[in-house]
Amino acid sequence: MTVSTGPIKLACRGVWKLFGDHAARVLAETGGAPDDAALRGAGVIGAVRDATLDVHEGEIFIIMGLSGSGKSTLVRCLSRLIEPTAGEVLFEGRDLLKADERELMDIRRHKMGMVFQHFALLPHLSVLGNVAFPLEIQGVGRATRESRAAEMIELVGLKGREDYYPRELSGGQQQRVGIARSLAVGPDIWFLDEPFSALDPLIRREMQDEFLRLQSVLKKTIVFITHDFDEAIRLADRIAIMKDGAIIQTGTPEEVVTRPATPYVAEFTRDVPRAKVVSAGVLARPGSAGPVRVPAAARIGEVAARVFDEEQPVGVDGEDGASVGVLHRQDVLDILLGREPRR
Amino acid sequence: MTAATLEVTRPRRRPLGSAPLWLAAALLAAVSTVLSDRLPAWAVEYPRAWRLPIEPWISAAMKWLINDATFGLFTFQEFTRSISWLFNWLLEAAYGLLAQGFTFGKGEDALHIPHVSWIALIVVLVFFARRVGGRGLALFVAFCFLYLAVFGQWSSAMVTLASIVISVPFGVLAGLLVGIAAYRNAWVEKAVTPLLDLMQTVPVFAYLVPILFLFGFGPVAAMIATMIYAAPPMVRLTVLALRGVPEEIKEYGRMAGCSRHQHMWKVLVPAAKSGLLVGLNQVVMLSLNMVIIASMIGAGGLGFDVLHALRRLAIGEGLEAGIAITLLAIALDRLSQAAATRPPPAHGSVRDGSWLARNRLAVGALVLLLVSMAAGALVPAIAAYPEPWTVTTGKFWDEVVAWLNINLFDTITIVKTWLLVNLMLPVKEFMLALPWPVLLGLLAFAGWRLGGWRLALLPVALGAFILLTGNWEKAMITVYLCGLSVVIAAAIGIPLGIWAAGNRRRTGGTLAVIDTLQTLPSFVYLIPVIMLFSVGDFSAMIAVVAFALAPAVRYTVHGLNQVPEHLVEAGRAQGCSRRQMLWKIRMPLALPEIMLGINQTIMMALSMLVITALVGTRDLGQEVFTALAKADTGKGIVAGLCVAFIAITADRLIQAWSRRRKAQLGVA
Repeated sequence: MTVSTGPIKLACRGVWKLFGDHAARVLAETGGAPDDAALRGAGVIGAVRDATLDVHEGEIFIIMGLSGSGKSTLVRCLSRLIEPTAGEVLFEGRDLLKADERELMDIRRHKMGMVFQHFALLPHLSVLGNVAFPLEIQGVGRATRESRAAEMIELVGLKGREDYYPRELSGGQQQRVGIARSLAVGPDIWFLDEPFSALDPLIRREMQDEFLRLQSVLKKTIVFITHDFDEAIRLADRIAIMKDGAIIQTGTPEEVVTRPATPYVAEFTRDVPRAKVVSAGVLARPGSAGPVRVPAAARIGEVAARVFDEEQPVGVDGEDGASVGVLHRQDVLDILLGREPRR
Repeated sequence: MTAATLEVTRPRRRPLGSAPLWLAAALLAAVSTVLSDRLPAWAVEYPRAWRLPIEPWISAAMKWLINDATFGLFTFQEFTRSISWLFNWLLEAAYGLLAQGFTFGKGEDALHIPHVSWIALIVVLVFFARRVGGRGLALFVAFCFLYLAVFGQWSSAMVTLASIVISVPFGVLAGLLVGIAAYRNAWVEKAVTPLLDLMQTVPVFAYLVPILFLFGFGPVAAMIATMIYAAPPMVRLTVLALRGVPEEIKEYGRMAGCSRHQHMWKVLVPAAKSGLLVGLNQVVMLSLNMVIIASMIGAGGLGFDVLHALRRLAIGEGLEAGIAITLLAIALDRLSQAAATRPPPAHGSVRDGSWLARNRLAVGALVLLLVSMAAGALVPAIAAYPEPWTVTTGKFWDEVVAWLNINLFDTITIVKTWLLVNLMLPVKEFMLALPWPVLLGLLAFAGWRLGGWRLALLPVALGAFILLTGNWEKAMITVYLCGLSVVIAAAIGIPLGIWAAGNRRRTGGTLAVIDTLQTLPSFVYLIPVIMLFSVGDFSAMIAVVAFALAPAVRYTVHGLNQVPEHLVEAGRAQGCSRRQMLWKIRMPLALPEIMLGINQTIMMALSMLVITALVGTRDLGQEVFTALAKADTGKGIVAGLCVAFIAITADRLIQAWSRRRKAQLGVA
């Protein structure tokens, strides 16, 4: 996918976060790579272990893991809400961990936005006040910040609710405020920490659509945390899967589903409908096609009907418009039935 | 199921096996007391020669502080005087506004502006009550303040109110700032916590003496004592409230790029508002609790009226002024509680419009108060409630007391004597005969069992202080009076709590009564007790029981009601009867909470004991009280610390037990 090849916006290299009294010592004694036994022996908990990842400009990068896998700690290391025990966090090429308090404050004021699982709205401020808050902190004048906030509120579809207070809104509406607020400063990187986990399934779905719509307009660089694999598949350009503090696989949803790195990942992906992740380009075989053509990035689920409705084989176009092959009905059927794609 | 599997699943013996140990300890105490004649004399009575002259040291230090201490640019005394001057100025202004009016100039041309009109003040308060708490609260506030007017308590009440109006904001602000510092820095918290423990457990009388020395006799000294007494809960609640702000909101504040200052004042403090307002409520209540005690070092107003009446045994007058304090306390309590629990504003409220439009109520109130002051100059009845319209029930109460003394004296005396001879005196003698090394050993043993060697050392160290200062015997009398009162309070309070937890209506009703009882200043409990039982240990005990009953009930109700619903359902599903449900499921789970209630009962009993010194006990409370009368700083502080140390010992042991038990039950 193109977005994953753009310039790197945010990266971390060998980030460790250990909790416990002797965290730094353990790390030093083991040459920066303690194993389970060393950690347990010192009574230290390894919340994040040797995490390395690159987030490219304009991509939705999802960190997926079950509770206790360290995903929330990792995102807090990336934003430096938590001080990592070791490693580098590179934001636009400079080490965030070397920034002093003043610089960090500036970066957060102008370049970062964050959305929280439980919304974290300030209860004493109205919707308008909440969304304008990050601008108020920067010292932006009242008129300017309120008009900017009103724009953001309109963007997330809450126009008319400016004077409401958080407790008067539903969960979904509160999270829309959270989103508007995090976008008010026009951040370069957007952290979303399980933004939809506290919402009902139907609302969650609606918010995911809303999120994709916003991203299609805004094209932000996004780090998105979730414990919901379906959500990850649905939204991600790339996914990193975490277990026990370590990243065990990074890849596009398709890669993760079709080529799981470990049995643990395979366990997650087992029930994922293949048709939702496998793209037409992967199944394309050489051959001559009829007039109907689909893009290589299209999911099989989206094009299956056409493959079966057409008399002639359906062609697949690559990103540059050149043909990469045709789709065979048997291949499509295999995918629809959940079988592994034949190579 | 076969016999073999039954064998395996039979529960093992309890691992701690502590019951025999405890029994042995208790037996040791009993035996050593009975055989105390055979023990060496030093073990029974701590020898005089082993005492340390701590009292004179403290007095000398105090003298140095007042006469010689200096900060270089100015002396310590100048420092305290300037504080006095500031507070005095503020108090004068508040008195003028509420109670005395202002006089400018002298002699014939003097311009006198009367104080705020009673009518206007009631109207403003009622409007405010209506706004924060609805019609019910408005009616209640109207009733309370009309009582003050009709029963001729208005001017005294305004003097009291004036000192509250000045001392509460200072207490709240000081508490808030210290609380913020403690929240931010672990070392501040470490330093402040034991100090707060002491401030809340040392009887107020003990620090009245040094305050008297530093600030002189008068309303300012009284106000400073009030602030010292009332501010600690604000500190604690500030720390708690700030900690209680959801982690995500704190993180959000940092992600928004707040500076430290912005983070505290724009994020944390507003988000913690409701918790902080609870602190404000506590400060108001404790300040009113101090009203009578403060009058001992020069505060006027209602407190002085009660104290004056008690000293003359004018029960009726004391009762009316006491009720006035209580009503003032309840009204202010309900008002501040309503303000604290009021939900944040809803949309469409006061955002738009000019400043005047948004604040029209406040402006209206101010205008009304000012106009009423002017009108009061023309029509005296507007300024002050006309004297001829006042009522008093003083005579009636005096007659009631007389009737009681004539008709019930014999019955009361019989009950009182029986209890004294058969219960109180034996316990007292036992406590006095109990050899001090044995008691300290027992406490150390309990501490060690409950919390390891640190908790074992604590009672020994604190007990050593009591011994070294020669207060052991008085301390034992305190323990006996307090212990008996607590046992009786528990014996009444726990069953009452069980009954109240029975259904929601009873719970609500009982808690409402308890809330009200807890707003009564402690002195007020003395009035009916003196009426019925005159003076002595017995009266003291009754007053202490009445005062300390509330937490026993409250925590029992709370403990029983917080037993997880699924456990109650599980019990019901297994066919427990109501009785089994109570004794086999709910009580064991509620016990740690109930013990915390007993802990509170002990704390309240100790604080009341000092006040019962007024009715002639001979314990540490009396020691503190006489120190105040003689202005003996050393004696007062030492005896006060002894009371505090008893309280701290009991508190730490019970807390440790409750924590352990909760952890065992998994209900922490």
